[in-house]
Amino acid sequence: MKQLVLSIRNLTIRSEGGGHAIVDNISLDVAKGEVVALIGESGSGKSTIGLSCLGLFRPGLTYVGGDIELEGSNLLGLPPRELQSLRGRRVAYVAQSAAASFNPAIKLNSQVIEPSIAHGTRSASEALDRAISLYATVRLPQPNQIGSRYPHEVSGGQLQRFMLAMGMLDAPALLVLDEPTSALDVTTQVEVLMAMKSAVSAQGTSALFISHDLPVVAQMADRVVVLRNGRIVESGPTNELLHSPKEAYTRELIAAFRKIDQKRLDISQEQDRKTVLSVQDLSAGYGGRTRAGKPSVLAVENASFNLARGEVLAVVGESGSGKTSLAQAIAGLLPRSVGSVRLHDVELSASLGGRTKDQLRRVQMVFQMADTALNPKHTIARTLERVLEHFFRLPAAQREKRIEQLLALVQLPPEIAARYPRQLSGGQKQRVNLARALAAEPDVLICDEVTSALDTIVSVAVLDLIRELKAKLGLAVLFVSHDLAAISGIADQTIVMRRGKIVEAGETAVILDRPKHPYTQLLVSSVPELRANWLQEAAPRNEALAKRIAAGV
Amino acid sequence: MNYFIQSLRRPGIVISASILLFWLVISLAGGFVLPHDPTVFISDDAFADAVGAALGTDHMGRDVASRLLAGTQLTIGMSVAAAALSHLVGVSLALCAAVNGGWIDTVSSRLVDIILSVPKIIVGLVVVAVLGPSLTVLIVMTGTVYSGGVFRIARALARDVVGLDYVRAATARGEGKLHIMMREILPNILSPLAVDFALRVSFAILFISSLGFLGLGVQPPKADWGTLVHDNISGLSSGSLAAIWPALAIASVTISLNYLVDTLSLAGENGRKQ
Repeated sequence: MKQLVLSIRNLTIRSEGGGHAIVDNISLDVAKGEVVALIGESGSGKSTIGLSCLGLFRPGLTYVGGDIELEGSNLLGLPPRELQSLRGRRVAYVAQSAAASFNPAIKLNSQVIEPSIAHGTRSASEALDRAISLYATVRLPQPNQIGSRYPHEVSGGQLQRFMLAMGMLDAPALLVLDEPTSALDVTTQVEVLMAMKSAVSAQGTSALFISHDLPVVAQMADRVVVLRNGRIVESGPTNELLHSPKEAYTRELIAAFRKIDQKRLDISQEQDRKTVLSVQDLSAGYGGRTRAGKPSVLAVENASFNLARGEVLAVVGESGSGKTSLAQAIAGLLPRSVGSVRLHDVELSASLGGRTKDQLRRVQMVFQMADTALNPKHTIARTLERVLEHFFRLPAAQREKRIEQLLALVQLPPEIAARYPRQLSGGQKQRVNLARALAAEPDVLICDEVTSALDTIVSVAVLDLIRELKAKLGLAVLFVSHDLAAISGIADQTIVMRRGKIVEAGETAVILDRPKHPYTQLLVSSVPELRANWLQEAAPRNEALAKRIAAGV
Repeated sequence: MNYFIQSLRRPGIVISASILLFWLVISLAGGFVLPHDPTVFISDDAFADAVGAALGTDHMGRDVASRLLAGTQLTIGMSVAAAALSHLVGVSLALCAAVNGGWIDTVSSRLVDIILSVPKIIVGLVVVAVLGPSLTVLIVMTGTVYSGGVFRIARALARDVVGLDYVRAATARGEGKLHIMMREILPNILSPLAVDFALRVSFAILFISSLGFLGLGVQPPKADWGTLVHDNISGLSSGSLAAIWPALAIASVTISLNYLVDTLSLAGENGRKQ
């Protein structure tokens, strides 16, 4: 029997005031040098468990019972002062958003060594030496110099690696990694995962890896614990669990990822190829105008494409590629500076003010964050009603009927109408967003990262719905996404954007299977696959591709 | 919700709510609760005890208790009216600024900077000196000097909401500015504005009382609390508490109001976090 670093027994945590159990009678072990993954959807209690390993509970949560033993001592019985001395020293935490975790006014080196100095484990110069050697371990460039930069002077992926170095500085027995790569672009994710994997194994650290992303977990973990609604569904060695899951929920979860992974569309025959939306040489951006009349910061440069009825066109790129700006320029939310956007061969004005009500109706946008896209003070019925009133001036009796139809169209029960957004789940909210756009009976539907904030099983269902609606209603869909896996199951055509420019365009299947541009190849190569050792293959392949891109091939 | 109700049972809340309720009832009851006519001289002696005058007589031999109770309606009424006015002006202007942005935002923000840069009490002194201390002048002036602060808070709240997708969705479908202001934004900033309103009332009580204390309150024979302190201050040297009672009244209302607002908004926040 291997020595246990972490042992959780019958942990139960409830929401305050007699609420339901967030974590329900959980027991799990992490052995020395082992990486255990907690996987689950939002609300599964995975982050709550992660924080409780540091003896922390979010406000509004109460500890009900159970033990958490770290290297043999029960964390939950310790006085606050002793608990404090363990945090950062014996157990360290790496959060999802590194950008929000660093103080922008202090140089990285001082922040990385701060916990070590606070605990008195090392002198400043010793801590600095150790930090620099860790920078090399997590593959930061120029380990000797990079630490003297400020947080805004390094990239998001590098910042995440600084946080990892900070966590590992005092060689803790346990690292809690809470969705450490979820906020990163796919290409960056590969680098950071590789750095994490090699650092953890080089230091022999045990880790609790919290994630919603099964393919990522498959690369990192020795063992996987599947959580749902605060309970353990199933746990076992990674390979065993992936290949022979016992529980229905685990199978559903794996199937959802496989579905995304393997789905390839045949170009649909039913589409009638009539161009609905035509974009020519569109440029748009932010900031003041230069003398040439272009914005000082160009977000989209010379984009051109056609979108036909019954067609889904995916716009793919990483953060900063200009894909969302392109969508907004078409919708009129970000006025374009040059170029033309034609709807049914009629030029659309750059700004909203110059478009007719009918033109506004025909182009509808579905926003990324389901939470902020619905007015929290309006019921679902009121949200939908307003669109019907605004565009069609429907009398009240007909509106009610139409709302019921719309909800049925997005596969929601009619009683949803009386509810407020906070009473709905994320997936339901995104369906309501779709319904609001459909209420206007648009010709063009612009979907801006509509599934990126959703859990996998839910997002697969939303993608299927969009695909179905497209066929049923003859919509032309512009599907903006950073997720190549998501577009494979939905898009007929794809354009790939990088730094505001379209680098490659064509049929989705061709782009995914035989990408020509090295940047597209890099994107395709970075999509995590649901099998062990994918990371070890992807990392060197990506490095070679990145070199080719840098060389300007 | 449970959590919210639990916090209502705390003694501090019960005490401050009772105090406020007491003054509210007094000001709504008006003349019905007065032992004497507040303008009638019940004694020939200033600052003396008199039959039926629990708190003695004031500097002109009138019943202190009756004058204090009659002053409640004036002070609280003026303050609530002034706070309402400041919110009406401040919030409307803020919504306009936040939704339109651009030069409208810039001009109104700089205008407010100017209003806020002049000390309120000096504005008060000058305005009252020029226009005379009528009820209307006091209310409008107080409402105006506080509308700047309301504008800043409301604008910041509205700016946060303007950037959210549901407002952008409304903009994209071509909704009018009024619809966006009143239907999309206002309902979502109402609860912090309610907190601010309650605090503005207590600021207005202090401000109007300060003016009264400087002799610029409502005209005799009426008197608000600040004026009562002003009138009776000379009695302090002879050991009369006639100036202390209105001062205590001012303190009790403002402290209770502040305490209640702080505690309730904190409880509301914690309730929401669950």
